[in-house]
Parts: sequence; structure tokens; C-alpha cells
Amino acid sequence: MKRLIALLSALITTLSTSAFAEYGLNITEGVTSVSHDIYDLHMLIFWVCVAIAVVVFGAMFYSIFAHRKSKGHVAANFHENTKAEFLWTGIPILILIAMAIPATKVLIDIEDTSKAEMTVKITGHQWKWQYDYPKEGIGFISNLAQTSKDKIYENNNKPENYLLEVDKPLVLPVDTSIRFLITSNDVIHNWWVPEFGVKQDGNPGFINDAWAQIDKIGIYRGQCAELCGKDHGFMPIVVDVKSKEDFNAWVAEQQSAKAAAVASATKTWSESDLMAQGESVYNANCAGCHKKDGSGMVPVFPAMKGSKVANGAASDHISIVLHGKGGMPPFKMLGDADLASVITYERKGFGNKGTVVQPSDVKSAR
Amino acid sequence: MTTATANSHDDHHHGPEKGLMRWVKTTNHKDIGTLYMWFAFAMLLVGGAMAMGIRMELLQPGMQVMDPHFFNQLTTMHGLIMVFGAIMPAFVGLGNWLIPMMVGAPDMALPRMNNWSFWILPFAGGILLSTFFMEGGAPAFGWTFYAPLSTTFAPDSTDFFIFAVHLLGFSSIMGAINIIATVINMRAPEMKLMDMPLFVWTWLITSFLLIGAMPVLAGAVTMMLTDRNFGTAFFDATGGGDPVMFQHIFWFFGHPEVYIMILPAFGVVSHIIPTFARKPLFGYSSMVYATASIAFLSYIVWAHHMFLTGMPVAGELYFMYATMLIAVPTGVKVFNWISTMWRGSMTFETPMLWALSFVFLFTIGGFSGLMLGIAPADIQYHDTYFVVAHFHYVLVTGALWAIIAATFYWLPKWTGKMYNETLAKVHFWWAVISVNVLFFPQHFLGLAGMPRRIPDYSLQFADFNLISSLGGFAFGASFILLTYIVVDCIRNGKPVGARPWEGAKGLEWTLEGKAEYHSFNTPPSRELIKQESQHS
Repeated sequence: MKRLIALLSALITTLSTSAFAEYGLNITEGVTSVSHDIYDLHMLIFWVCVAIAVVVFGAMFYSIFAHRKSKGHVAANFHENTKAEFLWTGIPILILIAMAIPATKVLIDIEDTSKAEMTVKITGHQWKWQYDYPKEGIGFISNLAQTSKDKIYENNNKPENYLLEVDKPLVLPVDTSIRFLITSNDVIHNWWVPEFGVKQDGNPGFINDAWAQIDKIGIYRGQCAELCGKDHGFMPIVVDVKSKEDFNAWVAEQQSAKAAAVASATKTWSESDLMAQGESVYNANCAGCHKKDGSGMVPVFPAMKGSKVANGAASDHISIVLHGKGGMPPFKMLGDADLASVITYERKGFGNKGTVVQPSDVKSAR
Repeated sequence: MTTATANSHDDHHHGPEKGLMRWVKTTNHKDIGTLYMWFAFAMLLVGGAMAMGIRMELLQPGMQVMDPHFFNQLTTMHGLIMVFGAIMPAFVGLGNWLIPMMVGAPDMALPRMNNWSFWILPFAGGILLSTFFMEGGAPAFGWTFYAPLSTTFAPDSTDFFIFAVHLLGFSSIMGAINIIATVINMRAPEMKLMDMPLFVWTWLITSFLLIGAMPVLAGAVTMMLTDRNFGTAFFDATGGGDPVMFQHIFWFFGHPEVYIMILPAFGVVSHIIPTFARKPLFGYSSMVYATASIAFLSYIVWAHHMFLTGMPVAGELYFMYATMLIAVPTGVKVFNWISTMWRGSMTFETPMLWALSFVFLFTIGGFSGLMLGIAPADIQYHDTYFVVAHFHYVLVTGALWAIIAATFYWLPKWTGKMYNETLAKVHFWWAVISVNVLFFPQHFLGLAGMPRRIPDYSLQFADFNLISSLGGFAFGASFILLTYIVVDCIRNGKPVGARPWEGAKGLEWTLEGKAEYHSFNTPPSRELIKQESQHS
């Protein structure tokens, strides 16, 4: 029975419309065994539905044409047929069982994350993703790329991967079984990469898991798939799948960059360095609500220009950014240098007259 | 007494009260039915206007018309208004108008409660719509209002939204009680349960769904209210609560809710097809049992909306199997309608066109529903436009189509006049073509990977969004023509007799052209009931 179904779905798959995925008509076959299993199951169910539709609608349309008063057809009077009713109750049950068997197999396989060789932790935030590699000791935030952000309210020349590009992609090794631990820092988000066949809610306070083993090097894109507030449509996912060697090299690079950042957090930064770094941190993390020009959206998102906080005591300003306040989320997952530079940028930019803040100030405020 | 006309009023001065207060104070089921129908129609246009805003923004990539927060308000309110303001009240309106006549009763069992059930609605709708003007805007967390987006992270107007939902729930629960009491207690003594018309059966069963489900919704929104204002943590992990519990409670209401919105539609179609096929409904008893099975099953499948929340495998398997099972009784109903048509003598007046297109298009919605129920495949469909396409096929070309079919079918009984058949046919084709241009491409958008509830999208989704939006504008415009046809019928329609549809059966068709204000003051006789029975 299982062989027959596998044979049938393989036949249907080859005959079918995998080419249509390019025209945006079908789901992707993807690059993992999970995504392939889902694709095959999807095509099987689809063709079963088509077959049933042909029979049922065929009968219906035939009747509409043949059994009409204008053609002189006289109405019969039957209104019962127990045998027919048994058949059209029993046969659908059998068809459903036939569909449930491969579906069960695929589901059990998808849910089993036990064979993973590495783990990545994914945290959804309003409105960006945070990626952490627990074993490797590195982590970073991934925001919608500035090139897309700049084009949202403009009518022309959208970049090729508009709304599907980020500043820092998730980097993964090919041919490795990876377990994804998915959670959230605020509301429910959902991490979805169609080509991996991975989609899972990130629930605040809980951890979900999923797994994939990616068969092909390349760049893969996905989106948040659970309404999470105003920028739900603007927090994409980009995964850069490298060879194992390239991945290890990337990890080593990240680890030394992290060490350097920790070291630089103890030095004293110049104001111009802080302002330069601060501008890029601000545009990536703050401009979504407070706007690039600092005008915000009063009263929901306060303006930077003339802000009492930016012009007032540094400790209050640091506290709000670190721990959040009301609708403002906490940003303590950013590093000391990034925080110090963005706070300095807010205090000295936008026409404000505030003071400079050093990474060590942020560190002691934590 | 063997004829129905002898039951009408002798005192001709005791008609409906004059002036506006008639409508405020009425306890007459026909008046209340009319109020519900006009209210539902107005809400349909309001919700439809919101949809036009949504499709306008989605016409092209980029944000041209509004900001993302307002877009989320529109999608949320569109859903709430359509579900609670348009579809549900329209079916209650149909139930009010038709059930007493169909069971040979003079009115509903609890006429004053009936008045209150209606009059709560404009206030609830007003409160809900007023949230657009509050600081922070209207609810923007989707009509499914998952926590904590709808609790910790929601605007102040949410508390008004909660109040409106409570009011809407009271209205529905009181309506359901009224229908059960009427059908069980006020039915003509000579009419047994298995003599009742299908529309009455579907409404009786729907009433039990309402009584079971609406209090659960009330529980969910009350827990939201206390989480927001009184320091509880039902849905907040930091206090020991669980956001997923919200989803369980919501969908325990939510899944029966969608069957509440479709079972009366099944009843309507079961009246129209036999009439225009001039042939009795095929398999009356199976239709009753299938409806009851669907209702029972609807209570035990809720977590198919939650396959991706992190459910254990055993749970996912159970909910997948239970969900797939619903296809069986639903299929039985479709086969029975087709068997009713089979070897009949069909004509294709407007109500029949709507009913036939219901069978075709609702079934397509059913197929996408079956696909969605396959849990592993749902990984790629969940929260995409594939879901949006599915539920719009079953709710628009399903529930709404049945409401429109019912309107054309019974308009002669409500007004004593016939609508303009030519215009109505033009409207039908305009609507049916444009609705498919609007929603069919959304299947492809979903499969291609477009998430739902996003105000802007990447470039590969542009073409189908353009097509969908253009279809949407055409579909929206068709409602202008529908309004004209209905109003024109009421004012200028040609008068008709008691039974303008040759093949129609049912006690309501024994009443004079426009059913008299008080009908069936004495119950119909056994002969009349047998003569008009669907279960011949």
C-alpha cells in the first residue's frame, strides 16, 4: 500500500507542475527532505481533490445541461437511494484513510527533532529576528535591510528582493541536521522559510522546536507568519547556507568580532565614532517607530527632536533603552558599544543638546 | 379550517403601528426579520468598504494609501464586521422571517426578547466602529485577536471591543434560545420534527452550536479584560499563563462559529434546488443526520487552527483525522443536492443561479479546506493567502451567496412583489465572475509564499495581487446594483400571488402574496402540512 502511494505520488509529481512554482502557482519543492515530503503530500492531496471535482462537477454540469425544463425534460420523482448513499459515504471514508496514511508518516518524521547535530535559537521581536548559536557563543539581530526600508513609501525602483532582504542573515551549514528553537520576546511571531519546510510559532515564554537538514548551498528567504503588530510584513528572514568549511570560518570570524566588541566596550570612544556607529544602529533598530528624521509618531512614538529624555539625565535615557517602558520594548540584547553609540546619537543628533554616553556607562547600568 | 388565508386577521385596522416607533417597539417576527436584514446589509457595505481599502493598498507593492497600523485595523474590523455584523445577523433575519411561517406558528416564542436581540446590535456595532476614532486606533490584532498582541500590546480601544463582543454574544444567545423554543414549542401540533423543512432543521441545530460556543467567546474576552485591567495573567507567561491557551479557548468558539455561519446556508440551498428542479429534496433524513453530524464534529476539531503552535504529535494527528472526517457528511449533502437536480426539470431563475453557484464554489472552498486539514502540508499553507482564499470561498461564495439566494427567493413573499429578473441575472453574472477574479488568484499567492495580514509584499506577488484587487473593485461595485434591484423591487415590483415559484413547497407559500402581518394565528391542518412537506 505504501509503495503504491509512493509510486503514485512520484508519478503525479513528475507529470505535474513543479515548474509552476516559478510562476508563483505552487508551493516550492524546497531543499530539505521535509520540504520534499510536504510537496509530494500536497500534490497527492491536490490531485485526489481534482479527481473528485471532475466526477462531482461533471455530474452536476451534465445535469444542468440535460435535465432542464426548456429541453422538455420531465422531472422524475425519486428522492431516496440507500445503496447510493452508502457508497458515497463509504468511498469518501476510504479515500480519506488513504490520504491519512502518508500524512501521518510525514507528520511523525517532521516532528522528530532528536537527530539534530547543531542548534540555533531564534527569538522573535517586534519587528526583527534575533539569532543565537548557544554552543558557538555568538548571536545577533537581523533587521529588514535599509535598501528595502527606504523604498516602502516610494513608487519606483524597488530592489530585487524587496522586503525579503536583511542586514545580517542567519548563517547555517549545508548537509547538517539543525534544530531550531523558536521563541519570542513579546507577542507571538512565526518563523517560516518555505524552502526548508519549516514554520513554527514563537510563543513568548515558551520554546518550540523544528528541524531541517538543508541539501543545497544558497540563499533562502522567508517571512514572519503570525500577525505581530504594525511591522509584521517587514521582518523577513534570510538564511545563508554555506559549505561546512565556510560555515566554520564564519563562526570563527563572528567569535573574534564578539571578543573585539567586548574589548572595545571598555575603551573610551570618540564622539564622531559614536555618532557614526549610532546612526547605523538607530536606522536599523529605532527608525521603524521613531522615524529616520526623529519625528516619531506622536503620541504613540515620541519624537527624538527636543525629547526630554534625550536632553535630560543620561541614566534615565540608558534605562529606558535597556529595559523599555510601556510600548517601548527593551533593547538589552544589543551590545554595550551599540547601545552607547545609539544613545549618544539620539542625545546629540536631531538638534538635541544632551551628553555623550560611553559603552562602560551602559555596562554599569545593566 | 383547511386554508391558511382564513387564519389572517379579521380586524383590518389592527395592522402594524404607524411611524418610526413601529420599528423600535415591534415584537413581530416579520418586522424584526426585516430589521436584521437591513442592518446586515448596511454592515455588509461597511465591511465591504474596508475590504476595498485593503485591496487598494494591496494593488501594488509599496505603501501608497495608508500606514501599516491602519491597514491592520482595516483587516481586523473587516473580519469582525463581516462575521458579527453581516453574516450572522443576516441568517438570524432569515430565521426570524421564515421559521414561524415554516412551522405554522404565529410568531417566535419570545417576541419581546426578540426585539431586544435585534436592538442590541446597532449599539454593539456602533461601539465597535467608534474605536476607529479612539486614541491608538481601532483593534488591529486580527479578528482572531490572539493574546498577547490583544492584551499587553493592544490599544485602549480594546476594552470597548471586548464590550461590543459581549453585547453581540448576548444577542446571539438570546436569538438561539428563541429559535429552539419556537421550533420545539410553537410548531404546529400536526408537524413532527421529521416533517419540518430543512431550513428549520439547520437553524435548530445551529442554535445549539450558538448556545455552546458564544459563552466560550465571552469567557475568552473576559479573561482578556482581566489580563488587561485587573492584574490577571491568563495569557501571560511571566505570570504563569499561556498565550496558546487563548487560542484553545478562542477556537473552541471559533470553529463551531464557522459552522454557525454555514449550516443555515445549507438549509436555504435545500429549499431552492428542489423548487427549481421541480423534484423533492433527495435524502431528507440523511440531510438532517448529516447536518447534526457536522455540528457535532465541529466541536472536536478546533485545534486544526493551531497546528503550528507547538502541539504534541498525538494531538496533531487526532485533530487532523477529526478534521478530515467532516468531509464525509458535507460530501453527503453535496451529493444529495446534485441528486435532487438529477433528472429533474430545471429552470434557472435568479435564486437557482445563486444556489447552483453556491454548490460549485462552496465545494471548491471545501477542497482547499481538506488540503488545509492535512497537518504536515499545513506547514506551508498556514497563515498564508491560501487560508484567506479558503475561507472567502466558503464564507462569500458559500454563506453570502446563500443569503443573496434566499433574498431573491423569498423577496416575493416578504414584499408581495417580483424583482426585475433581467437585472438580477446581470447582477449574478457580474458578481460571480468578479468574485472569482478576486479570490481565486489568492490560492496561488498563498502557495507561492505570501503571508496573510501584510500591508506590503515582495515583487513576485505583484501580478496576482493586481488581478485580485481589480476583481475586488468590480465585486464591490456589484453591490450597488444589488441595492438598486432590491429597492426597485420593494417600490416598483410587479405584484405576485402566493406561490410565484411553480415548484415551491412550504407553508409560507400558502400565505397571500405578501405574507400578512400576523400569519398562522390558528395552526395549519395535517393535510396542509403534508401537502407542503419536503419529506414526501
